[in-house]
Amino acid sequence: MTRRGENRPAGGVASAPWAGVRLHVVTGKGGAGKTTVASALAIALAGSGRRVLLVEVEERQGLAQVLDVAPLSYEEQPVATVPGGGKVLAMAVDPHAALMEYLALYTKIRRAGKTLERIGAVDFATTVAPGLRDVLLTGKIFEAVRRRAKNDFVYDAVVVDAPPTGRITRFLGVSTDVAGLAKVGPIHRQAEAITTLFRSRRTVVHLVTLLEEMPAQETIEAVDALWRAKFPIGGIVINAGRAPMLRHKEVVAVREGAIDFESIGKELSSVGLDNEVTAQLLLDEGNDYAQRLGLERRARRMLHRLDRPIFDLPLIEGGVDVAGVHELAAELRAQGAA
Amino acid sequence: MTTKTTGTVLDVDSLLADRNVRTILCCGSGGVGKTTTAAAIGLRAAEQGRTVVVITIDPARRLAQALDLDRLGNTPLEVTGTDTSAGGRLDAMMLDMKRTFDDLVLSHTDTERAEQIFSNPFYQSLSSSFAGTQEYMAMEKLGQLHQAARWDLVVVDTPPSRSALDFLDAPTRLGSFLDGKFIRLLTAPTRAGGRAYVRMLSAGMSMLTSTVSKLLGAALLRDVQTFLAAFDSMFGGFRERAEQTYSALKDGQTSFLVVATPERDALREASFFVDRLETDQMPLSGLVLNRVHPHRGGSLGPERALELADELWPEGRRRKGVEVAPREVTANLLRLHAANRERSLHEERQTSRFTAEHPDVPVAVAVAQAGDVHDLDGLRSLGASLAGG
Repeated sequence: MTRRGENRPAGGVASAPWAGVRLHVVTGKGGAGKTTVASALAIALAGSGRRVLLVEVEERQGLAQVLDVAPLSYEEQPVATVPGGGKVLAMAVDPHAALMEYLALYTKIRRAGKTLERIGAVDFATTVAPGLRDVLLTGKIFEAVRRRAKNDFVYDAVVVDAPPTGRITRFLGVSTDVAGLAKVGPIHRQAEAITTLFRSRRTVVHLVTLLEEMPAQETIEAVDALWRAKFPIGGIVINAGRAPMLRHKEVVAVREGAIDFESIGKELSSVGLDNEVTAQLLLDEGNDYAQRLGLERRARRMLHRLDRPIFDLPLIEGGVDVAGVHELAAELRAQGAA
Repeated sequence: MTTKTTGTVLDVDSLLADRNVRTILCCGSGGVGKTTTAAAIGLRAAEQGRTVVVITIDPARRLAQALDLDRLGNTPLEVTGTDTSAGGRLDAMMLDMKRTFDDLVLSHTDTERAEQIFSNPFYQSLSSSFAGTQEYMAMEKLGQLHQAARWDLVVVDTPPSRSALDFLDAPTRLGSFLDGKFIRLLTAPTRAGGRAYVRMLSAGMSMLTSTVSKLLGAALLRDVQTFLAAFDSMFGGFRERAEQTYSALKDGQTSFLVVATPERDALREASFFVDRLETDQMPLSGLVLNRVHPHRGGSLGPERALELADELWPEGRRRKGVEVAPREVTANLLRLHAANRERSLHEERQTSRFTAEHPDVPVAVAVAQAGDVHDLDGLRSLGASLAGG
């Protein structure tokens, strides 16, 4: 367990607060940028020559768009190299392929997959059976985390672009449900092993949020639900932050009228801009800014009360592209998230 | 205020005034403000005289409070504080997936059988965590509310799906599963006349039984089979019902609103959805663009603002003695203005990409508010903003 503050030791390269963690689950409110942050985190973790797998589970091809690569498939493929020899591979887990792989591995019944497919059982399992879809997805993540070649793990870390906050606890907990439904057999045993991994010190769940009331509130509710389900919480990533435009004292001066229409107008005319519309506009924008800053401060206070490491990522103007993802990865490293 | 939209403008009030429109479905990716939009649209329609019910899926806590939503309800309750002077009324409810499923079972079978179904572990799991159940139950609820004939407009906030398209696909998927080949196979031993099936596909069936037993244990298979046997009487209606609800969406009394924010990903998702609606010949009314930061007037462009700012007070210059220098503040306000202009230009570029691809889709714009909407006044001003006010 890490406490807030440990992520930013004074001076030098910050040490990762999650030494020993092999599975990073990235969730967040829809629209907060979890796909971008998951990609950046994978690149950040791949520094110092490490090998990281980035996993998509929602079949949206969001990672391919962020990383500007061809649509991902079930085959793990390189998507980024990092100075120092690090490598990021990525895959999109689709439940159908996961089930086929699973049947081939565990049932040892020749052509089991094909037959089950023909009678509609595969469709049933991957699209409609309660929770089975999520079982297959989490099962594949579990396999990737534990996969070994000779004595070493194939991946130093696995980063999952997970379902949003509203569904994350159910997603991670699906194995527990399954273990309750299937009371014996290999699936029962595997479901238990998955739950054990997800609740262990090898796993952290990071939450991506924005400095706005609703996303912050949802983050707090998700942390609570995850905590009650015994999943380890990692960091809170505040995404798309804007650099401060006015100092706090200046904001107060605008809000309280110490800086007013007159004083702004006077300064503007000194550079040849005699325009009352502009002076009023600047003042209005200043007041809106003051209000927004107040809301941001409140959201940040709420998030700080969670007592988890907080990472701040800047807004990338004009939308995130590959260069932007690398920029965010560098930022995460600098702040000690990897 | 000058809000530039390149496409045609969606006339929200005409849509709400059109008595032929009896369902409005708000769709879009997560985090774009679907729930708030649905609530704002519902409130505006009610205050203009319609009898409205809003189905929300998972509203933020404070919005739920504003709408007097009872988390345990699953039935519509009147929203107090609605202006009913135009003769309308607003009811709201929060969808409880499990309760809706339970009610569906109860309406199709006797109490004893229903109890059997409710206590089955497979049903418990199906009704609470099934991928697609939420979408199906939202559709089911929509059908029920129309049947009740107490409202002349139902506004639906769609579930937070993996993709907005799930909402359209899930009901037919569940319907065809419950009524499909696989189920008939599983239940074959318990049905009269099922033997032919079993013989025909006996290889597949025994493989299935042995695989499932091997993987999941015989107990689960038994649970599934018992559940299906108890559920048997209801099957026939399921797919039919799903198909009915689906085709009812095309009957000219339904209107889709696709919700997005002026950002690349949200608009991309909106674009997919618009294409899909066109393919399926679903009636799209338009795009609701939430949280727009419009150009607030004035002729001062971003570059000029930054030049003037630097002229007044170069970045990094030290202050002497005073804590707040009006000159420095004015320079910083100019920089803020430049950033705001850049943002609205960026949003306009993103939006114009959408309108270029879909020139025929009307757009309604809601201006970004500083805080979240969590009371009726907030919903009212959002509704007014959408209607162009």
